[in-house]
Amino acid sequence: MGKPPKKKNLADKVRKTKTSTEIKNNPFEVKINRKKFDILGRKSKHDVGLPGVSRSKAINKRKETLLKEYKTKDKANKFIDKRFGEYDTKMDPEEKILQRFSMERQRTQDKKDMYNLNEEEELTHYGQSLSEMEKLNDMVDSDDDADEKGVLSAELTASHFGGGGLLRRKTQGEKDNGGNQRAKSRQELIEELILKSKQEKRERQNQKEESQVLTEKLDQDWKSIQGLLAHKNAPKADRLEEEDKPKLDEYDMMVRELGFEMKAQPSEKMKTPEEVAREERERLQKLEADRLRRMMGDVVEDCTKTQAHMSADDLNDGFILDGDEKPTLAYQVRDQAGSALSGKGPGRLCLVGEGTKLDGKWNINEEGAKIEGDDEEEGGEGESGEEESGGEEGSGEDSHSDLDSEQESEGGEEEVEEEEKDEEEKDEVPATKSQLSEEERKAQAEAAKTELPYTFKAPESYSDLKGLLQGHPADHQCIILARTQKCNHPSLAVGNKLKLQKLFGFLLEYVGELASRSPPELSTIDKIIPQLYGLCQLFPEAASKAMQTTLVDSAHRMEEVLEVKGRAAFPQLDMLIYLKITALLFPTSDFRHPVTTPALLYISQALTKCPVMSLEDVTSGLVLCCLAVEYISFSKRFCPELINFLLGVLHLAVQDKTSTGYSVVPPFRQNGKVSDLLVLSDPESSQTWSKKTLPLSATQTLTLTTDLDTDHYRLSAVATCMDLLKHCSSLYRELTSYSHIFQPITTLLSKHLPIKTYPAALQDLHGEILATISGSLTSRPLLVFQKKKPIPLKLFTPKIVEVLDYGKKRGNTKEEREKERLNHKYKKEFKGALREIRKDTRFLAREKLNEVMGRDAERKRKVKELFGSLATQEGEWKALKRRKNSRH
Amino acid sequence: MAASRRCNVSSENLTVNDVKTPKIDINGKVDLIIQSKKHANDVFDVLEYLQSEKEKNVVCAIDGCTKLFSTLLERGELYVGQLPKEELLIGGDRSADEKYCMFMRHRYNGCLELLLEHISHESYQIKESALCALMQFASMEGKFPLQDLDWSEHYSFPRELIQAVVERLLSQEEDMALLISRFQEYLDMEDVRYYVMSSVRENVGRVMDKTKGVSPNNVFTLLSNINMPSQESELTNYLVKQEGQPAEHKRTFERLWLGFLKYKLPSSMYKKVLVILHDSILPHISNPTVMIDFLTAAYDVGGAISLLALNGLFVLIHQHNLDYPDFYKKLYSLLEPSVFHVKYRARFFHLANLFLSSTHLPVYLVAAFAKRLSRLALTAPPAVLLMVLPFICNLIRRHPACRVLIHRPSGADACDDPYLMEEEDPSQCHALESSLWEIQTLQKHYHPDVATAAMAINKPLSQQEDAISELLELSTYELMERDLKHKQSKTVPLEFDPATQLLQGSGGVGVLGLNFSLE
Repeated sequence: MGKPPKKKNLADKVRKTKTSTEIKNNPFEVKINRKKFDILGRKSKHDVGLPGVSRSKAINKRKETLLKEYKTKDKANKFIDKRFGEYDTKMDPEEKILQRFSMERQRTQDKKDMYNLNEEEELTHYGQSLSEMEKLNDMVDSDDDADEKGVLSAELTASHFGGGGLLRRKTQGEKDNGGNQRAKSRQELIEELILKSKQEKRERQNQKEESQVLTEKLDQDWKSIQGLLAHKNAPKADRLEEEDKPKLDEYDMMVRELGFEMKAQPSEKMKTPEEVAREERERLQKLEADRLRRMMGDVVEDCTKTQAHMSADDLNDGFILDGDEKPTLAYQVRDQAGSALSGKGPGRLCLVGEGTKLDGKWNINEEGAKIEGDDEEEGGEGESGEEESGGEEGSGEDSHSDLDSEQESEGGEEEVEEEEKDEEEKDEVPATKSQLSEEERKAQAEAAKTELPYTFKAPESYSDLKGLLQGHPADHQCIILARTQKCNHPSLAVGNKLKLQKLFGFLLEYVGELASRSPPELSTIDKIIPQLYGLCQLFPEAASKAMQTTLVDSAHRMEEVLEVKGRAAFPQLDMLIYLKITALLFPTSDFRHPVTTPALLYISQALTKCPVMSLEDVTSGLVLCCLAVEYISFSKRFCPELINFLLGVLHLAVQDKTSTGYSVVPPFRQNGKVSDLLVLSDPESSQTWSKKTLPLSATQTLTLTTDLDTDHYRLSAVATCMDLLKHCSSLYRELTSYSHIFQPITTLLSKHLPIKTYPAALQDLHGEILATISGSLTSRPLLVFQKKKPIPLKLFTPKIVEVLDYGKKRGNTKEEREKERLNHKYKKEFKGALREIRKDTRFLAREKLNEVMGRDAERKRKVKELFGSLATQEGEWKALKRRKNSRH
Repeated sequence: MAASRRCNVSSENLTVNDVKTPKIDINGKVDLIIQSKKHANDVFDVLEYLQSEKEKNVVCAIDGCTKLFSTLLERGELYVGQLPKEELLIGGDRSADEKYCMFMRHRYNGCLELLLEHISHESYQIKESALCALMQFASMEGKFPLQDLDWSEHYSFPRELIQAVVERLLSQEEDMALLISRFQEYLDMEDVRYYVMSSVRENVGRVMDKTKGVSPNNVFTLLSNINMPSQESELTNYLVKQEGQPAEHKRTFERLWLGFLKYKLPSSMYKKVLVILHDSILPHISNPTVMIDFLTAAYDVGGAISLLALNGLFVLIHQHNLDYPDFYKKLYSLLEPSVFHVKYRARFFHLANLFLSSTHLPVYLVAAFAKRLSRLALTAPPAVLLMVLPFICNLIRRHPACRVLIHRPSGADACDDPYLMEEEDPSQCHALESSLWEIQTLQKHYHPDVATAAMAINKPLSQQEDAISELLELSTYELMERDLKHKQSKTVPLEFDPATQLLQGSGGVGVLGLNFSLE
């Protein structure tokens, strides 16, 4: 071997023998990494390096891995000695053998043990497991049903399975003896065997056929008898299989019918009154919760509030799948009738129908129909009810006749009517059907001829609507509107939605006109309200738009007048009605609502900007105050204008206006030519006064002939005002500035109002208000900010910078930094790997060189040896020769 | 005699010309007169038309006269100098030309008188035409003076004519506002303005002493239409070409106003004067401090007049170093419930904001203002509240010591409001010991924006002041429009209680139904 390895080995040896402390203390071994800064508390791993140690470590590692790999390079096979303890030098050879034996035993045993719970040992016979043999026999025995039952010969068994021990030995013996002859007989045996089995198979087949023929014959015999029995009590299910072609149609129909009935039933399920009540309560609770949430002003945009009456699937686009409706029309109609019969009230109706699409949509109409009164329904009855009535109470069998009557009624009608009309009638008709007797029906048939027409075109303009409604009494107008609405239901045609949306606007306009007639036809308006409500429920957007436009237009007009004159007249009665309708159609308690908020602003504008010049104005103002109270009564919001106005109105009733402890707010004046509007001309007149409601028409024209009437009217106005004050005083109880808000009113009521001259009822009211106001607490906690999360104190800790793998901080976002870090890591790894690979190759090259040098040295040595031996040989030969020569 | 003959002729002509339209007739005659002196007598017909009943005829006649006499003035065919009496004219030994000139001059004078009368005519059309014609004559007279020129003066201005016009404009019987606004066009000219001013000054005493009718209105309208140019260099626009004397103009303007304001004015006039005082009067007065007495008197009147006087006072305090004792005390006493409802509230709050923007004000004062405003806010309409709430918040922001009004963590126990509303002295009203419960109350206001604005006091106020300038003039209607523009959610919540009748209660009790019936 060469020198260098020896040297190295020596060095390694020395190193190994030295302890680690010795190495560390040896200045020649240690390399100190200089640090630029001393950092307190940082433990550095790399301040001292031991290059010698690490190099030898690396070399050793290479020897163990790389060198081995190199050695086994291009060598496909290798021996792995898996003998137990073969290389374990610590083990005794005796023990080793014992251990190996036991392991062997265990291995063989383990396999069987899984299924062999009881037997520890396996019994064998001729090297064959006994249990296996038993199993085989069992299998043959249990093969009763198999074809080869009882034909299993000993030979066959033997030939197939190697059979029982004795047999086998015999054949073996034969085989051993016979040689070639035996082989031939065996082939024959097999052929024989095949023949036999085939024959048996054929026999069995024959037998089977015979038995089948017999069974069939028996079945047919039974059938003839069964035919006789079937007419009495054969269940349908049995007939189902024997049904012949000609009967199929009828049957199919029945099946379908049954199918439909089954389908219809779940949605049709009648609810018990308790269920209905509970659902109604739940619905109301949900709506109420919604209302409260909106009142608090939580902004939840996503609440797509579907009207309770509408089906959840209804898109309100008037679209209904044709496939759904057409073939099942008759059934649907009947279903509706059923529901209509079951639920009497409108509210109940809508609940029952909630599940199904059609019902959900139509219930509003039904409600409408209810209110309209009887005659309309009866009118419908007179025309198409007669034929239908039979079909209603019938059971499943009668459904055909129901269908028929449907057609008949359509055909039999005098007027040419569209399909829509039919449907419309159908949902009204059943409601009262059962209540009507024959003669009533006849009478109504008579009446029907003079009745209103049943279909109306949706009005295209306001004048159309006016033309439609003019000249009819209020009830009829309602009916007309209801029918128009039904004839043009959005589900019936595409353009209907738009038409009905317009109808709302026209109706609103019509209401306005009714209100501005003299005298105002308020009772008609009253009747129209349900229609408006229904339309509004159908088209909330359109309704709110129409309402907004009305309000804004009026406010704009008022604003213009204000800019020119500085004051404006009180809104007309139609606006008051509009405001009231707004409150009926839209929730007034919402924190912000697209219609009610502007409406309230409108009221505020009127109450602050319109000076009170007459008793009519007082009435208008009081109506507005009433409306304001209604608007805010649920949410209990504060409305300063309301209090101001009520104070002003009461101020009108004060006689001595010179020294007051309060000041009225514009539009009222402390004193002026109209500031005595509510002062009684004769105190005596209060004795004959009795509380009665003021007419709404008094906002426009007031005809008071005598002084007594005027005084009574004044007292009524004061009473209304006080009533409103009572409401306000209880509404605003919660407010912190309660006493300051009501302070002027208290002063006025207690000191200035001539309450002595007022009737007893008013005096009571007066006392009540004062008691309410003075009953409130006057002290309240001082204001503090809402508790908020405390801001943490400023701490003087150093700024903590993220320690990065690489020097500078690069990249702004987390992702960039991460990418940068990975890049850096990759580079580092790459360099390291490169270095390692280089070291590896260097190592390998060295090894190869060593190898070559080793080989060369060997060869040299051998050559030298050879030369040496040859030289000795030569020497010996020469010596021999010399000796010979010398001898010779 | 000649006169009667002329009358006959004119009447004949009239009957003859009835068929023709008066306009053509007048124009033809005017042309004839201008063409030759032969037709001089037709001028009577034209003047006749001036007195016609028909509005159209009169207007045509005015146009005709303007044309006729302008031409004559230009040609110098009107007699210049002292005019002898007409009766003497016939007998006098003058040349025919001279006689013609004198004759025409007499007609011209007659025409002027008629036109001056027409200024008081019922028809605005005629009034306007007459005024225009007169001013046209004035300008022509300026160029071609009818007086013997005294060459020591560099220019001549038809002073008498202007004076006559002004006298008519300051009529005591009717309101000349419209005509005066038409007259404003001429007031833009420096010399006209100057002479109008001086003639008004002479007339003011007469007019103001005598009557209580519409005359102060006319005076005021005329005065308020006198717009002084903001810079002296602008004195370029003249009716008659001449040199300007800006200082003299200014002095006349000042004397004119002082003369006017000396008299006792009705309160509406007072307000009007105060409205324009700060930007169209004060800047043009050489010594604005002379207005101090007027303004302090107005400030003491109370109510809206005080509010308006504030503006003028502000200018004086701000630019002319006026020291006004108890100014803030007065300002404090101006805060009354009506302050939120009057027309001038935007102006008032703009000024109040300015006055209270000083950071050197004592804390008690600011606290008193904040407390009083919030107390008054209990009676204010929502549009005002939207302005007042940020106003109060701004006050507290500027004076952090006032923060105790909305945040007093130490005295957490309940107490009655120590603030004295009736106390007039802000230092005595104990506002600093109080809290702004009123704003807390307004958190329950019905209008969502107001409620949200009032919520601001729940948390420590931000450093940034709220801008209130665009909120000052907010009206209820604008608020309503703002609501409607507000981005609406897709669905409109509906009332779920089905409505069956009009007077049905909604959202609680049917108050309307309780008190009113459907009749």
